[in-house]
Amino acid sequence: MSQSINNRYDFVLLFDVKDGNPNGDPDAGNLPRVDPETGNGLVTDVCLKRKVRNYVQMVKGAKDPFDIFIKEKAILNNLIDEAHEQESVKSKEKGDKTEHARQYMCSRYFDIRTFGAVMSTGKNAGQVRGPVQLTFSRSIDQVVTLEHSITRMAVATEAEAEKQQGDNRTMGRKFTVPYGLYRCHGFISAPLARQTGFGQEDLDLLWDALKNMFEHDHSAARGHMVSRKLFVFRHAGEFGNAPSHKLFELVKIARKGDGKLPPRDFEDYEVKLEGEIPGGVELVEML
Amino acid sequence: MNQTVPKTKPFRLKVWGENACFTRPELKVERVSYDVMTPSAARGVLEAILWKPAIRWVVERIDVLNPIRWESVRRNEVGQLMSPRSEGVYIEDARQQKAGMLLREVAYIIHAHLELTDRAGPQDNLVKFQEMFLRRAGAGQCFNQPYLGCREFSAHFELIGQNEEAPSPIDESPELGLLLFDIVHDASSDKDHVHHCGPGCRASFFRVKLERGVLWVPLPGSKEVLQ
Repeated sequence: MSQSINNRYDFVLLFDVKDGNPNGDPDAGNLPRVDPETGNGLVTDVCLKRKVRNYVQMVKGAKDPFDIFIKEKAILNNLIDEAHEQESVKSKEKGDKTEHARQYMCSRYFDIRTFGAVMSTGKNAGQVRGPVQLTFSRSIDQVVTLEHSITRMAVATEAEAEKQQGDNRTMGRKFTVPYGLYRCHGFISAPLARQTGFGQEDLDLLWDALKNMFEHDHSAARGHMVSRKLFVFRHAGEFGNAPSHKLFELVKIARKGDGKLPPRDFEDYEVKLEGEIPGGVELVEML
Repeated sequence: MNQTVPKTKPFRLKVWGENACFTRPELKVERVSYDVMTPSAARGVLEAILWKPAIRWVVERIDVLNPIRWESVRRNEVGQLMSPRSEGVYIEDARQQKAGMLLREVAYIIHAHLELTDRAGPQDNLVKFQEMFLRRAGAGQCFNQPYLGCREFSAHFELIGQNEEAPSPIDESPELGLLLFDIVHDASSDKDHVHHCGPGCRASFFRVKLERGVLWVPLPGSKEVLQ
């Protein structure tokens, strides 16, 4: 593995959805997640992590050292015989076993190196804390959720066909958000990167994934989702040079015009950087 | 823990975030948060900013600055541990949908001091660590971004200086029953702060009531702490 990264990063990712459901709520029959108190849309941290994993799996083909541990079934991967690797883990003393297993897992799997893992090795579930920490994304403005009834000109079973005397129709439902611009905050800790061996190549791959993850995640449910902006604050030091909330406050998002009509496009928003970037912090606009 | 241990003056750290989940140990499957931040979570926040084997954080009190509000979120989670002997986990086979009762819009002030542990060497002294912490917290530096119970609920933090006015806590005094004090770790396996809880680790609790928004934390080892 290459050298692990030596800088702290804080980032702001802006992505939007048009006529789609960015993240369904299992508690509400797959309606788009909405914060009931404010009406703002939500996208959970794990939703975006899944997309990052899928993107990396697609780009790198699930090969060591960029294999993905938590997989979706959609991609069949060729299992590589890792028996000799396993032997190296097995042959170790009990105390070293955990450490060895951890190192092996970190070196092979991108998602473990990046997001961490709870492992069943050693005494009891050794934990790996990954350097990358994502928060819930929230929409800038309130979102409305639309419900569309749709029909299918076919039925699933004989019984249904008989019941309808051969009419063969099924009604379905689909939920969308007409438009929502979402903001996600993320953090990357250099000291934790050292613990998992998260290096520059991994970091570049992560930025790539954040920029392009929606391009390969199109589906009937998602509508049109795009990563719009990625502001990366690169600190000079490993512990950082400024409080993250101060950096995030620099990224201002305002409605263009008088804001009388609800937003329906990224063009309806203006993204501005306001204020001084503190010393020792460099802003990189990745997107 | 006796009273003669040298310790620093208490620091005051304001922490806040959009969500928090200080999970009750008895309701871990579908997480339900305590109403307030636990001393152990507060310690975790401080350790995310500065920790060395030579020092120990002791939380003295936690001020609750915002009214206690709730939100429920259900997510797909994986119900398996990772093992080097497996080729990966297919999420469809190991999916669990879990709801979480989270706190929202929280803000606290943690009052805590530093003590030296028996792992402190001759070159370690409290003043050094005190200055280190003040420098780090003042500049927003951290080992990793602190969080409020779970890593997805990151915490923003700000040091409140000695002469600064702190925001006042809410004027509420609910009975909160038993609150997790901390996990008493069996440190024999604790190499370099990478800890795996084993049978030697136990949770300790204390009875708590907010006193006009202030949660007083008993000293470790005092009789208020129920082991």
